[in-house]
Amino acid sequence: MKKILAALALLAAQGALAQEDKIVLKDGPGKEKTQVCVACHSLDYIPMNSPFLDKGGWTATVNKMVNAYGAPIAKEDVEAIATYLAENYGKK
Amino acid sequence: MDVKRRHLIGAAGALAALGPRAFAANVGSTGELGFAEIPAGALAEQMLYALPGKVPLIKKSFRPPNFETPIQYFRTAITPSNAFFVRYHLAGIPQPMKAAAWSLSVGGDSAERPMKFTMAELRKEFKPAQVTAVNQCSGNRRGLSEPHVQGVEWGVGAMGNAVWSGVRLKDVLAKAGVKASAVEVVFDGADQGAMQATPDFVKSLPVDLALSDQVLIAFEMNGKPLPHWNGFPARLIVPGWTGTYWVKHLVSINVSSTPEKNFWMNPAYRVPRGMFPMPTFKSQLYAANEPITTMVVNSLITSLRSGQQIARGKPIEVRGLAWDGGNGIAKVEVSVDTGATWQAAKLGKDLGRFSFREFSLSAPTREPGARVVMARATSQSGETQVEQLKFNGAGYHNNLIQRIYLEVV
Repeated sequence: MKKILAALALLAAQGALAQEDKIVLKDGPGKEKTQVCVACHSLDYIPMNSPFLDKGGWTATVNKMVNAYGAPIAKEDVEAIATYLAENYGKK
Repeated sequence: MDVKRRHLIGAAGALAALGPRAFAANVGSTGELGFAEIPAGALAEQMLYALPGKVPLIKKSFRPPNFETPIQYFRTAITPSNAFFVRYHLAGIPQPMKAAAWSLSVGGDSAERPMKFTMAELRKEFKPAQVTAVNQCSGNRRGLSEPHVQGVEWGVGAMGNAVWSGVRLKDVLAKAGVKASAVEVVFDGADQGAMQATPDFVKSLPVDLALSDQVLIAFEMNGKPLPHWNGFPARLIVPGWTGTYWVKHLVSINVSSTPEKNFWMNPAYRVPRGMFPMPTFKSQLYAANEPITTMVVNSLITSLRSGQQIARGKPIEVRGLAWDGGNGIAKVEVSVDTGATWQAAKLGKDLGRFSFREFSLSAPTREPGARVVMARATSQSGETQVEQLKFNGAGYHNNLIQRIYLEVV
């Protein structure tokens, strides 16, 4: 939760567009952890990239966010986030 | 089954599949424009939204702001500045600033002397230069990739053509002095990542291109100061090369004796070696792939929508734009019979080899039935659009021939 609050504080600093608040992720296990993505980008990136990635594709994407872009995601949270994304925004 | 017959059956099937959806005006649908559809999630999520100073554009993402130009603004060769697409990589985009508060640093280990220029100095000390050129995101049409690939799921509107005015990069570099050791010139804008660990968006060009006549530091777009969202107060203009090199809110230029190896040069913005007809970025060939450089030849029909009905006896009016990576457009051919026969379209005014070129053709309709309308541009170097997608992981360089399904009734 602390991370999410920090992320939201960053948002204000970035001059986010108000409309961004209207983006709501689907409910499901792992949703809260996934919200940390707002630290670096609006959450519309998630539905925009759906539904064509499988679990492996979402795992690779989350790892890219951590390793290439420095996303503030703990290593132990990658699995939960990738599972949430695959379940809710993945290829069926 | 011959190719023509197979395509015609495909045309009828596609018309049936489109059904009422074809007329539902889905914001930014590429299926309705005669292309593969963008991912369903992207289509559902996007909307028309006006950024300050812009007309409503197709919102792909709010932060960083990525907005695409709707099709109706491509009915003229010059794209209006207030409808020009917006693309950022990083959430930390600069707040609107005063041009007087801005300055540009020029230096690097292969520059003779570091220098700093204000806007007034750049305008006063260097000869004005101007070019009409297409700025197209490398990832334009990524959303059309089959299979889909991740990234900003652009339709066909991450591009635009404008008259760019400023000064020549080579003149500015000459003032700072370029040593013989120079290999690349490196550009940084005022944007930054949300996290310290996020790689800053920095791009480089081969030194020979940077010293050519064609690259500009532009302050104006279509006769007015650059819109904030398009790089105010100054951006790089690299005619023929994809948008990734056109660094916005430009603040520093470094002449370097070594290749720039940050994330945005490698592994980002790369394509399999030799896959596309484009010049090689020689100092960047240290990996298995190569940087994307110039645009491939392409076209866009802007006057028709898939699923549209045309009254028998009325002509099919085919109009659109063609462009390439700087050789210029030699011809655009149009087919209204699924590629069985092609006719040369009339080309519009030549605004230079880096510009959009308008084309038009009026085809009579005598019999009722399905029609598939296609356009195929060919450049002055003989490069033409492809009939099969050259799939690559980043979804770059999609110049697959468009297929608009019409019904003559």
